[in-house]
Amino acid sequence: MKLLVIEDDRETAAYLVKGLSESGYAVDQSGDGREGLFLATSGSYDAIILDRMLPGMDGLSLLGALRGAKIGTPALILSALGSVDDRVKGLRSGGDDYLVKPFAFSELLARIEALLRRGAEAPTLTKLRVADLELDLLTRSVKRGDKTIDLLPREFQLLEYLMRNAGHVVTRTMLLENVWDYHFDPQTNVIDVHVSRLRQKIDRNFERPLLHTVRGAGYCLRLPE
Amino acid sequence: MPDSLGLLDARPDLTGPANEPARGAAAESPAIAAPRYWPSVAALIGGARRVLGTHAFRLAGLYFAVFALSVLGVLFFVYWTTVDFVERQTEATLDAEISGLAEQYAQRGLSGLVQIVAARSAGDRGDGMLYLVTTQDGRPLAGNISGWPSGEPAPSGSLSFQFELSDNGRTQTHPARGKLFEIPDGYRLLVGRDIGDAAAYRERIKLTLLWSGLVALGIGLAGGTLMSRNMLRRVEQVNRTAERVIAGNLSDRVPRRGTNDEFDQLAGNLNGMLDQIERLMTGMREVTDNVAHDLKTPLARLRARLELALFGPGDPAAQTEAIRAAIEEADRLLATFNALLRIAEAEAGATPDATELVDLAEIARGATELYEPVAEERGFALRLEADQAVTLRGDRHLLSQAIANLLDNALKYGGRGSGGDVTVAVRQISGRAVLEVRDHGPGIAEADRESVLDRFVRLEPSRSTPGNGLGLSLVRAVARRHGATVSLGDNQPGLKVRLEFPTGADTS
Repeated sequence: MKLLVIEDDRETAAYLVKGLSESGYAVDQSGDGREGLFLATSGSYDAIILDRMLPGMDGLSLLGALRGAKIGTPALILSALGSVDDRVKGLRSGGDDYLVKPFAFSELLARIEALLRRGAEAPTLTKLRVADLELDLLTRSVKRGDKTIDLLPREFQLLEYLMRNAGHVVTRTMLLENVWDYHFDPQTNVIDVHVSRLRQKIDRNFERPLLHTVRGAGYCLRLPE
Repeated sequence: MPDSLGLLDARPDLTGPANEPARGAAAESPAIAAPRYWPSVAALIGGARRVLGTHAFRLAGLYFAVFALSVLGVLFFVYWTTVDFVERQTEATLDAEISGLAEQYAQRGLSGLVQIVAARSAGDRGDGMLYLVTTQDGRPLAGNISGWPSGEPAPSGSLSFQFELSDNGRTQTHPARGKLFEIPDGYRLLVGRDIGDAAAYRERIKLTLLWSGLVALGIGLAGGTLMSRNMLRRVEQVNRTAERVIAGNLSDRVPRRGTNDEFDQLAGNLNGMLDQIERLMTGMREVTDNVAHDLKTPLARLRARLELALFGPGDPAAQTEAIRAAIEEADRLLATFNALLRIAEAEAGATPDATELVDLAEIARGATELYEPVAEERGFALRLEADQAVTLRGDRHLLSQAIANLLDNALKYGGRGSGGDVTVAVRQISGRAVLEVRDHGPGIAEADRESVLDRFVRLEPSRSTPGNGLGLSLVRAVARRHGATVSLGDNQPGLKVRLEFPTGADTS
């Protein structure tokens, strides 16, 4: 997997390149908007991580130009501007995800993975399956083995998101944004309680737990090793 | 008009236009004398100069000019119609008399005419009629005037003249108006009328009108000046206040008179604006102080932790733990910082596009659903009372967060262990959307209810629980952004936070 990082702050760029390389990605980096656009249009990248404020050409114009050239490489915008309005602007100009600085590296990694999966995902999926857990998007029913599991609508959405990202870490913020559409951090650990409720329903009385807590990062739905 | 009254007689007429300037001068003298009563000439000149250059003065001047013009017009019209009426009446009397005598002449000849004239002349002079019949050479045949007046009659036969009238031994000259009737054979008949009374009446009217005109103009001038001075003074009050505010005295206010006129309203609006500015400035100062305190403390802790990791005993496990703790501290700092930014954002109204029609009940349902498991875990019953949609114009994200913060607070302080309910209620009450979050906790003492809405305020009992003291500040900021009021009340027992939003119905 090849990533392009367009970030002008040297320290942040070095931190990103180092972290992403250690996580197994091939990383190219540019500190200038125009050069970044040139790299993005010429090279073949699996995802682009770009800062919003860049010398030469700002991040949003860069994205606009890129999308104008019919290049659909998934892009994650990094920005210190965190209001809902800024976020909406970023997503409207062609960004696929928006992460507010400063951020935990695990959060960035989880989001990049989700971005990379989004491109590969079959759009006409009607059933999601992880081990013996099965979620039917048409009948909106969930089964584990032969046993039907009753879920509240929100629990269903939560499980759907976790299953779509099965095998990968999803952070609390990702859950809040994608399942609840809330763009703020509640002071209380509300997400943890929701997840533990879901866990009660899908993992209790089953031999192998599927929903795991990843310390310091978030959650992951997968078969235990 | 006076010209039409001009006498053909050579003797000057007292009512002529020539004497008007003299009267005018006499009438003006009191007006000129008036400034002597004013405090000082210098002040007057200074005031006049100040007044002259202003819009208020120009307005007053214009007003005065229009006023003076209309007053003069009205007075002149009154004068003209009155005098004209009296003159016409005289003319009509003369014409009637002449035509009557002419008829008599036609019927009874010259002797009959002379007889009638003699008879009429002999009568009392109360009606003021004058008669004279003369022969071809001007010898009087009958009548009550001694001789034919000098002066030539106008082609129409009208004639103004003077005659001597002796009354109680005193001889007086009276003005008269006459009409000539040529009798065939050179005889002439003059019918006249003593217009001494009419002239006096005209004089009287002239004088009355002149005085009332002067008085009206005087009042107009005084009123205009007073008006412009008054206006000027009030505008200057505003200007002086503005200057003092610019100079840095933010607490200065424009004085109000309580009359609720436009100037009072202007003063009120300006004062409201200044209040808002002052509140913002004070708020900003408080925030700066609070930020300095509440961000510096964790920063100092963070620094201490890192220093300890760097210079402390070289135990890798301890170092890792110190770094982990430092990251946690940094995260807390960031959370506080983000909360501050959120509040600032909500207060400044930096996201205008985000306003849309939202259903407050739906937003409350979402937030309640998010917190329901936490409530259950902590032994609360979280209930939602929202039967119908309550729409208002607002920012869904901010409203969600405000409700989430209220729930956070209620679950944190709302009578843990007492098994109390936490209720979220959304209702529409007479054009206002009302959101209430009620708990059965210890509540907040009345004295503290206002201050907990301020940034970083944490009441003593809650110091031990996690939190940054910004939750309710954000609620207030969001409420202000939506034009809503926040009130904290007693739920007996517990705390009741009530947000009242204006809905589209009454804010249009």
